[in-house]
Amino acid sequence: MNKKNNPVINTDKCKGCELCVSECPVEIIAISDEINIMGYHPAYITDSTKCTGCIKCAISCPDAVITVYREE
Amino acid sequence: MITGKILYKRPKTLKDVNMSYCPGCSHSLMNKILCEIIDEFDIQKKTVVIAPVGCAVLLYDYIDCDSVEAAHGRAPAIATGIKRVNPDNIVISYQGDGDLLSIGMAETIHTANRGENITVVFMNNAVYGMTGGQMAPTTLVGQITKTTPSGRNPENEGYPIRACELINTLEAPYFIARCKVTNSKSIMQTKKILKKAIGYQINKKGYSFIEILSNCPTNWGMKPKDSNKWIQEVMSKYYPVKIFRDKGEA
Ligand SMILES: Cc1ncc(C[n+]2csc(CCOP(=O)(O)OP(=O)(O)O)c2C)c(N)n1
Ligand code: SF4
Ligand code: SF4
Ligand code: SF4
Repeated sequence: MNKKNNPVINTDKCKGCELCVSECPVEIIAISDEINIMGYHPAYITDSTKCTGCIKCAISCPDAVITVYREE
Repeated sequence: MITGKILYKRPKTLKDVNMSYCPGCSHSLMNKILCEIIDEFDIQKKTVVIAPVGCAVLLYDYIDCDSVEAAHGRAPAIATGIKRVNPDNIVISYQGDGDLLSIGMAETIHTANRGENITVVFMNNAVYGMTGGQMAPTTLVGQITKTTPSGRNPENEGYPIRACELINTLEAPYFIARCKVTNSKSIMQTKKILKKAIGYQINKKGYSFIEILSNCPTNWGMKPKDSNKWIQEVMSKYYPVKIFRDKGEA
């Protein structure tokens, strides 16, 4: 069975720069219509079941607000 | 509560604060990469980062290491002093293009020429970011800035300076490279190169100069993604991404 990956975005600290969006090979990152505490539209995960755990989103996030977990 | 193995998390040396850089700015990214390398070498307690005058002026609020805020352009001189007094400190001079190539040109060249055992991280974003986007020594020919509203004209403002190429004319430097951080792949390559440079310093090999082609989405008037595309398609044509010298591999 495939292990489950879990990408988590700290939406309070996301600046909505969108750099993670185009990095995700399975296109599961989108920009929210909501506005966070800093006034930005934060990124969110649309379907974490598809995440491959490649961490490309986390590597490219300038503000280091993405953590990626793998279920053990 | 989310549990499991952590595949990626924020480096511990990067303080849990909001960095004041604009969304998508390469400064944020490189502050983070620097912290990842400091963690991986486990050198947080002996690293001293010299902050420049420019957008990275508040670096010491983000990177949890000893640091000194240098007068404009003088970071490599401060770095020299610290390194000579305490050679076991890992000393990193972090500077923008206005800081490093305008007001700090003398310090830049002479520090490189002496081959001080420090690591210079040169953030080349082709403008003065902090002061609102004026022309820098690295502004491209034809590039529109606040002080070159019709585009940089070499007859009036001279040609853009290629820092790696200039430093590559000196005998002493040990490692000289130009990198980019436009996507996850190039970020990983850049991290490898900067880690090598800091490794050389740890092993007392000598001076490294690592230039990062950086974006300034705010003053370029572009979305972060488009600014990275501009680096890829325009900036890196004039400033080739490559390793200019690596005495460790020679
Ligand atoms: C002695 C002195 N001269 C001028 C300034 C104004 N000043 C502040 S930042 C800066 C240039 C910043 O540009 P750069 O080094 O490219 O860094 P960036 O902000 O783009 O990261 C200048 C000229 C100053 N603070 N001190
Ligand atoms: S870890 Fe990879 S697959 Fe998962 S969200 Fe990030 S970029 Fe997408
Ligand atoms: S890269 Fe980071 S800061 Fe930018 S939108 Fe994605 S999560 Fe937010
Ligand atoms: S002004 Fe430019 S260099 Fe400065 S933080 Fe904003 S995007 Fe980055």
